[in-house]
Amino acid sequence: MSEIRFTIDGKACLAERGQTIVEAAKANGVYIPVLCNYEALKPVGSCRICTVRVAGRYMASCTQPVTEGMAVENTAPDLEDMRKSLIEMLFVEGNHFCPSCEKSGNCELQALGYRYKMMVPRFPYLWPGRALLAGSPLLMLERNRCVQCLRCVRGITSKAGRKVFAAVERGPHVTIEIDPKLAAKLSEEEARRAMDICPVGAILRKEKGFALPIGQRKFDHTPIGSDIEKGTGR
Amino acid sequence: MGQKITIEPVTRVEGHGKVTIRLDDAGKVTQSRFHVVEFRGFERFVQGRPYWEAPVLVQRLCGICPVSHHLASAKAMDVIVGAGPGKLTATAEKMRRLMHYGQMFQSHALHFFYLASPDFLLGMDADPAVRNVIGLIALDKELATRAVLMRKFGQEIILATAGKKIHGTGAIPGGINKNLSPEERDRFLKGPDPLTIDRMIEWSQAAIDLFRDYHRKNKDLVDRFAEFPSNHLSLVRKDGALDFYHGCLRAVDADGRKVLDDVDYQDYVKHIGEETRSWSYMKFPYLRALGKEDGWYRVGPLARLNTCDYIPSPLAQKEFETYKAYTDGKPNNMSLHSHWARLIELLHSAEVIKELLLDKDLQGTKLVKKGRRAPEGIGLVEAPRGTLFHHYRVNDDDQITMANLIVSTTNNNEPMNRAVNWVAMNVLSEKPEITEGMLNRVEVAIRAYDPCLSCATHALGRMPLEVALVDAAGRVLQRKVR
Repeated sequence: MSEIRFTIDGKACLAERGQTIVEAAKANGVYIPVLCNYEALKPVGSCRICTVRVAGRYMASCTQPVTEGMAVENTAPDLEDMRKSLIEMLFVEGNHFCPSCEKSGNCELQALGYRYKMMVPRFPYLWPGRALLAGSPLLMLERNRCVQCLRCVRGITSKAGRKVFAAVERGPHVTIEIDPKLAAKLSEEEARRAMDICPVGAILRKEKGFALPIGQRKFDHTPIGSDIEKGTGR
Repeated sequence: MGQKITIEPVTRVEGHGKVTIRLDDAGKVTQSRFHVVEFRGFERFVQGRPYWEAPVLVQRLCGICPVSHHLASAKAMDVIVGAGPGKLTATAEKMRRLMHYGQMFQSHALHFFYLASPDFLLGMDADPAVRNVIGLIALDKELATRAVLMRKFGQEIILATAGKKIHGTGAIPGGINKNLSPEERDRFLKGPDPLTIDRMIEWSQAAIDLFRDYHRKNKDLVDRFAEFPSNHLSLVRKDGALDFYHGCLRAVDADGRKVLDDVDYQDYVKHIGEETRSWSYMKFPYLRALGKEDGWYRVGPLARLNTCDYIPSPLAQKEFETYKAYTDGKPNNMSLHSHWARLIELLHSAEVIKELLLDKDLQGTKLVKKGRRAPEGIGLVEAPRGTLFHHYRVNDDDQITMANLIVSTTNNNEPMNRAVNWVAMNVLSEKPEITEGMLNRVEVAIRAYDPCLSCATHALGRMPLEVALVDAAGRVLQRKVR
C-alpha cells in the first residue's frame, strides 16, 4: 500500500490512503481532540472541536482525508483558543453540573475542559430547561447534558437495525429522543454500549451510577489524549 | 422590596448568620434572634434526579462534613433498593463506618482546634487579628501542628474510603464502591510517623487533658456560659451505646427522663415535627410528645453524651465516666461543655478507626447488596454537629419525588437562639456600646454548636455575622458587620 507523506505542526508523518487527518494523526502519536467522532462510526464533523488549518483554510479533521504533502496546523495558539471557546460554548449551552454527574471522570467534555484549562467560560450561561426522560427500564436520557453529537443516533440500533435514538427538530431546537418500544427491549449489554457511546452524561444506565470508584475512572490520572501521545491509544 | 435568591455551588449550609437584638427604652434586651438568611433549596432541586445521584449531589450542602450527608442519603437509598439497616455486606457497612468515623475525627479536630480553641487559648477578648488558628501557631506551634495533622489523618481516611477528601463517591445505594487495600490499611496503622492511628489516639487523649486543664482554671466561665436546660436527642445503638453511624432515636429531657426511646427512625415523622417561623429560612424541629413550645431539643456531642448509656471503646469510656461524674450522672446542659464532649468523641473516633483497621472484613470483595424495592427511604446518621435526617420518595422511573432534610444545624436552631439570647441578656444588655469582645461572645455561643456558618470558602474564625442593636421604635442604634 502506498503511503502519503504529510506534516502536523512541522512533524513528518505518514498516512494510509483514505485515512482522515484525525486517524492519521492518531497513528503518528499526535492528538487532535474530537467529540462527535467515534471509532467505527462514519464521521459527520458536527462539533468542530477537531478543526485544524491547512493552507489557511479551516477544516474538520475527522472528515477531511489526508493528501500528499498536506501541512496541517494543529496546535497554533489561535486554533487551540478556538477549540477552547467551542468547549466553553458546549458547557454554557447545556446544564453541566460535574460535581454530581456520574459520568464525571469518564466524561469527554469534562476531560476536554480540563485539557484546555477551562476555568470560567467566556460566554453567559443559557440555563436551558430540558426534561429528563426516565421512562425506559434500563436507561435515562438526561438531555440537560446532551451536546447533540449524534453518536447515539448513529451508533445504537436494535437487532433489526432500527435506530433507538433520534434527533428531532433542527439547529438550536434539536433534541434527542429515545424510541420507547425499542428502548424497552434493550439488553443490559446494549444499554451499556449506549452509555459508553455518549461522550457526556446524557445517557445513563439505571441503578449503576458511581459504581466505579474515583481513581479508576478513565481520566482520573492523565488528560484526555495522553494515550495517543504516548502511542498507547487504539 | 425586591428579593434576590442566589444558589451557587460555592454557597453552603447556613453560610450567613445575622443576629438581631432588640432593646427597650431603658436599653434592656427584650428580644434576640439568630437568623439564617440564606435560602438553600436542595430539597427542591433534588426532585426529578435519579435516586442514586442523591448521595453525591446532596453532600454538596457542606464542605466540612459532606460525608454525613453522603452517608445519610446513601442509607435512605439503601432502604429504597431493599438493603436497609442490617442488610448491607460486612465490608460495605464497615467501610462506611470507617469513612464516617474518619470524618468525625477530622471534623471534631477542625471544630475544636481551628475554630473554637483560639477563644480559650488566646482569650475571648484577644485581638481578632491573632485570635485564630494562625495565632494558635504563634502561641503553641506543636499543638497547632498536631491540629493540622489530626485533621489530615481524618481526611486521609475519607480519601481511602470515599475516593476524595471532600465530596467523594464511596457510598452507593446498597453498599460501597471500593474496599480498603492492605497498603491503605498499613499506611494508617504503621505510618509514616506521626500519621498513625496510635499517635492519633495519644493526641486525642492529650486534647482532652488540654480542655480539662482549661476548665480547671476557668470553671465559672466554662460552666456558666450559655447554660440552659433543654431536651437532648440522638441516635443510640440498640443497647444504649454511643454510635455515630446507626441506631434508634432516643431523647431525654433536662433531668434525664426518656422522652423517646428505641424509636425506629423510619417513623421519625411521628415523633419529630418541624415549625416554620417568618424570620428565618431554618425550620424549628420539636418533639411532638412535648409540643412546639417545650419540645425543642439539642443535638451534637453534648446531646449524644446525655442520651447514650456508655461509649463502646475503653479510653473514651473512661473519659465519659469522669465527664458524667461532673454532673452526677444527670444531663449536662452547659453549652461550653460541648467541646469537652466533642473531644471525648474525638478519642472514641480514633479508637473505633483502629478497631476497624484491624478488621479483615475491610478487605472483603462483596460490596453491594440489593433486595426488594421500596418507594420511600429514610436515612439518619449522627453527624459531627448532631443528628442528620434524610428522607426521600422515589417513583417507579427511579426519580426522586420528595426530599426532606433536617440537618444538625436546623435541629440546633432553637438552642443556638437560646445561647445567643443568653449572651444578649448577660453580656450585651444595658451596655451603651457593642465591643468586639462582646460580638465575639455571640460567636463563641454559636460556635459551641456549629462552626458551619464560617465553613469552606470563608476565612476561618471570621464568621460572616451581623449584629444590630434596635431600639423600641425599631431604629437601628448600632450595627456591626464582619
